Amino acid sequence: MEAIWIIAVGSLIAISCGLLGSFLVLRKMAMVGDAISHAVLPGIVLAYLFSGSRGTIPMLIGAAALGVLTTLLIELFYKQAKLQVDASIGITFTWLFAIGIILISLFAGQVDLDQDCVLYGEIAYVPLDLWIIGDFNLGPRTLYIAGFMLLVVLFIIVRGYKGLFLTTFNEEYASALGIKVAFWHYLLMSSVSLTTVISFESVGAILVVAFLIVPPATAYLLTNQLKSMLWLTALFAVLSSVFGYYLAVLINGSIAGAMASVAGILFVMVWGYTVLKRRVEPKLIQK
Amino acid sequence: MNDTIRFLSFTDPNVRYVVLGTMILGATAAMVGCFSFLRKRALVGDAIAHSILPGVCLSFMISGEKDPLWLILGAIFSGWLSLLMIDGISRTTKLKSDAAIGIVLSVFFGFGILLLTTIQHSGNAAQAGLDKFLFGKAASLTKDDIMIFSGIGVFLILIILLLYKEFKLISFNPEYAKVIGLPVKFLEFLLATITILSVAVGIQAVGVVLMAALLITPASGARFWSDRLGIMIIIACVFGAASGFLGSYVSYIAPAMPTGPWVVMALSVLTIGSIWFAPKRGVFSKWRTFWKNKDQILTENILKLFYHLGEADGNFETARSFQSLMESDRFRAYDLGKGLRKLKKRNLIRKKDAQWFITASGLKEASRIIRLHRLWELYLNQRLKLEPDHVHNDAEAIEHIITPEIEAQLASELDSPTEDPHASKIPYPTQS
Repeated sequence: MEAIWIIAVGSLIAISCGLLGSFLVLRKMAMVGDAISHAVLPGIVLAYLFSGSRGTIPMLIGAAALGVLTTLLIELFYKQAKLQVDASIGITFTWLFAIGIILISLFAGQVDLDQDCVLYGEIAYVPLDLWIIGDFNLGPRTLYIAGFMLLVVLFIIVRGYKGLFLTTFNEEYASALGIKVAFWHYLLMSSVSLTTVISFESVGAILVVAFLIVPPATAYLLTNQLKSMLWLTALFAVLSSVFGYYLAVLINGSIAGAMASVAGILFVMVWGYTVLKRRVEPKLIQK
Repeated sequence: MNDTIRFLSFTDPNVRYVVLGTMILGATAAMVGCFSFLRKRALVGDAIAHSILPGVCLSFMISGEKDPLWLILGAIFSGWLSLLMIDGISRTTKLKSDAAIGIVLSVFFGFGILLLTTIQHSGNAAQAGLDKFLFGKAASLTKDDIMIFSGIGVFLILIILLLYKEFKLISFNPEYAKVIGLPVKFLEFLLATITILSVAVGIQAVGVVLMAALLITPASGARFWSDRLGIMIIIACVFGAASGFLGSYVSYIAPAMPTGPWVVMALSVLTIGSIWFAPKRGVFSKWRTFWKNKDQILTENILKLFYHLGEADGNFETARSFQSLMESDRFRAYDLGKGLRKLKKRNLIRKKDAQWFITASGLKEASRIIRLHRLWELYLNQRLKLEPDHVHNDAEAIEHIITPEIEAQLASELDSPTEDPHASKIPYPTQS
């Protein structure tokens, strides 16, 4: 049963991250996703301090605020100070992450968070935190949170498909049609921060990045259609979770680390396949 | 207070090691980072920092001990592999380099975590402390660490000094470097190896995530102070070393405070301060120049308006009401009021009974701008063969910029003409 719970939570998180990540990859903002996933840390710590608990709602507010702040800071350095974009990203997220760790050490007594958890989480503890009403065991709490998050992400993508699609592929055209480009931009960024913070505890910052970028990138190599890219992303996300879990059990290591490794292996396989295909195809055409 | 004195006097050998160690690390990383920054590879440093972990773990698994030399060799190996992967992905697929960096960074790190946890669960006692590569251990640097850090630091600085010119060239113009026969591939390889080395060392002080800051942040800040690479590198090194000092100071005064994040905090404050306040390139200074230019253009345009109105009346001294100035439809009321006040302060315009007059010095300034405008129109018309009705807008912009030297050149090129293409008179200062 434990295995199923862990795989289910892993898959739900991986799908949510992957679907949002598809848009990041297509918008060439993969590293902004990386930056946000680190920069939400001070938001989480502050939420802890203000609410005094591990409440989900304050954490979400803190994370969303920090996510938007991160994008604003990056844009400020990039547009106002004319600093190159990669340096703007690097300065912003390391600074915010450092602030987060300083806050954790400052309020070590009040904040139940540690560095290990921040970086690589612990999905193995998911089955321990059960949601029990009366005598009835409803399964791990995280499962419901992750499931709800996936529903929100799906809602945003289905309802906002047109806006996201147009602003991703042709910003000028979209704004000519009267679509609010900035709105979709910040909607996407705050969804990424929300997803990040929910995934934080179970998979940690770095593996959120793996789920945000690697499955969509793998899917992108195989298709040019946004819809099939999203479906493939979900498929690769689930495959990474399932095989990742068993790999971790096999060599007795971190489950989240193993899931990221499997996502990487899948990417390398698809990458190799596309390179080979390109070598073979021209010959077929010549014949 | 006592703590501060004890810290600054360096009597405690531990303080000496920690302070020296973080300062050396800060300075070397900053120096190397300047080149990554200029080659637009700021985030590659982040990728290397994350990618080093599996190499360190693998070399531990193979050698079975925490020999720093082995660990660094493992780090170099996986750092190199990550660079090759990033390069390969962005070269052979349609993915852009940011996605390539993200993939390599997260997968290598995930794999590293997997190996690390496997090692930890394996019960091998020698593994304790391997996770220092994750979060750094600046506060517990020992004499041996300092020896290794300074050894590597001096080595890196020597290489950069020796090959300074070559590195500079491949950072700014790799094509040219190739053309004049420099071994660009080899130099790039060397630069990458230097970066990996400094990351592998620095990571032990500040940890994986913050390592990127040690490389990029000082270079970005230094960029706002100078256009010269040499000066930029020196400033970056000073930033790096100063932050190392401050970081270790804070964690000495307040032992619960981690050194690494405070080093990064100091670096970020220095750099963000530079971004805002640096003279010339800083954001504030740019804004100031922008407003100054805007004001200049506004006031010059108002003077021109007085000139045009006077030219039409045949009398420059006529009094003008605010209303009649507004009728030109060229200014918003707010701007016009502001511009008139500024001109009055400079004594170029007088005000009497709610009427505005242009003064003698104002008229002189106005005819200067009109002259530049008409000279430029004539130049475009005669030399670039533009039609007379196409030259106005261009002159409208350039009249605020032309220097006296260019004016003299224009006048002599065109033989001190008296009329512009629209047959308006070009005003010259009267000889006195």
